[in-house]
Amino acid sequence: MEFIGRVWKFGDDIDTDAIIPARYLNTSEPEELAKHCMEDADATFPQKVQPGDIIVAGKNFGCGSSREHAPIAIKAAKVSCVIAPSFARIFYRNAINIGLPIFECEEAAREIQEGDEVKVDAVSGEITNLTTGKKYRAVPFPEFMQEIINAGGLMKYVAKKVKDNG
Amino acid sequence: MGMTITEKILAEHAGLEYVEPGQLINARLDVVLGNDITAPVAIREFEKLGARKVFDPERIVLVPDHFVPNKDIQSAEQAKIVREFAKKHGIVNYFEVGRMGIEHCLLPEQGLALPGDVIIGADSHTCTYGALGAFATGVGSTDMAAGMATGEAWFKVPETIKFVYYGKLRPWVGGKDLILHTIGDIGVDGARYMAMEFTGEAIAELSMDGRMTMANMAIEAGGKNGIIPPDEKTIDYVKRRAKRDYKIFKSDDDARYARVIEYDVSKIEPVVAFPHLPENTKPISQVANIPIDQVVIGSCTNGRLEDLRVAAKVLKGHKVHNEIRLIIIPGTQEIYRQAVAEGLVDIFIEAGAVVSTPTCGPCLGGHMGILAKGERAVSTTNRNFVGRMGHPESEVYLSGPAVAAASAVLGRIASPEEVC
Ligand code: SF4
Repeated sequence: MEFIGRVWKFGDDIDTDAIIPARYLNTSEPEELAKHCMEDADATFPQKVQPGDIIVAGKNFGCGSSREHAPIAIKAAKVSCVIAPSFARIFYRNAINIGLPIFECEEAAREIQEGDEVKVDAVSGEITNLTTGKKYRAVPFPEFMQEIINAGGLMKYVAKKVKDNG
Repeated sequence: MGMTITEKILAEHAGLEYVEPGQLINARLDVVLGNDITAPVAIREFEKLGARKVFDPERIVLVPDHFVPNKDIQSAEQAKIVREFAKKHGIVNYFEVGRMGIEHCLLPEQGLALPGDVIIGADSHTCTYGALGAFATGVGSTDMAAGMATGEAWFKVPETIKFVYYGKLRPWVGGKDLILHTIGDIGVDGARYMAMEFTGEAIAELSMDGRMTMANMAIEAGGKNGIIPPDEKTIDYVKRRAKRDYKIFKSDDDARYARVIEYDVSKIEPVVAFPHLPENTKPISQVANIPIDQVVIGSCTNGRLEDLRVAAKVLKGHKVHNEIRLIIIPGTQEIYRQAVAEGLVDIFIEAGAVVSTPTCGPCLGGHMGILAKGERAVSTTNRNFVGRMGHPESEVYLSGPAVAAASAVLGRIASPEEVC
């Protein structure tokens, strides 16, 4: 799988309240959530984001609440993937579980600029900045998580187990 | 090589003799928790899965607490999904409005979270139950759905940072100040993906309420779980409440720690965390004159009886400043009732405060005290992110109940010593 998209940049410690403010959590419909994606970090983001765009952020992306509405909002806004030096633990787990590709790479997160065009090879973890030509390598997923991703998210992985157990 | 309490609990629940940090395990779950925001998403996933039954109707806990009593039509619909699911699957521990409370105050109080348990909750502050000596961690709705179906979850065994708090606590300093001080020291990702084990004589001194406040905010340092090895206070607390067996685990003397961090608590003053991160802490003596508009005392961090007692002690005989709204929210019905019985509610109303039914309410900017543009609040909650309590241009300062109550009286961020 390969993603090519234009980059939107965000700072360190972007929390889940910034990704999807709690005032919109009275619904869990992905399309509704997408309308407010990243709103408290950048109020104009929901209007300007285009399908396939890539979020590049600072450390500890997704800290705070366990709301799965956060990765769901990003995915529903049709962002193809997120690159950051590190992700908060629950966000990391949720992103894998719902199938939002995320990549940990400090150098890429630091050097890639807003508006750059970036290509990500999801299998090898290779990130190419098409604007500057520079290549980076993201931390690969542990094998177990790769299995969950290959199964198409946690629920498909569990569905298989539930079936196997009768 | 010995194991930490976190490692021991995980090993036992994975059916293993020994685990070490970094190991991926599949663990049996004692409790799976969800609320009115996260459970509807989990229920949708559960139903998509085609699972017909939950793994154990007694071990799933559903607590509508965030937007209830229903604040609007949409949240009423969300709460209804949870109610109907609970009915359909015979969920024993579903807590309706009138019996409910803020989930992380409610579960320990009802004896549903016990020492030695492995608990997942689709709420990040599930780590609160570590105060009882359980391994408890927040997950998303999909994990909750899988947990409800299988009674298991996968974990990576975390490394542990051991925190040792020694010395004697100063007046007005409680669990909230210790944990804010700690987060101020190590930062909001200082314990990312790790277990935070809280130990030392000052922890032994804290009540169970104070310990829960500390474990509650492990997530604010990025921690996977916070944990306090059980002692006599723990056992005394749980034995009156538990309806099933529990098991006490302790860390071995030769357990391995990623780091050991020590604090002399006699040097720690009441702490305030400035906007917009819990790590932006200052001791109260270094806080300049900051006028405020609202004070909130409540939440899963500081909505317990001891917190209300501290607030009442400061407020007694004083009036809330005439330009301030003071909103007090007891964490559960039982806490509320006890606060009435002890005369605390009377003191609050006499002082000019609002006392609300248990709910998360303003903590997450839900309802019951939302901030307007440019407004500033002191709050005993756990997060002061941008827009957390309302308008993106409002501000939240975090503190314990003593500073919050004193600030309500003086109309600016204040030390309880200025009032009492
Ligand atoms: S009181 Fe606040 S932090 Fe605690 S569960 Fe409710 S919304 Fe979350």
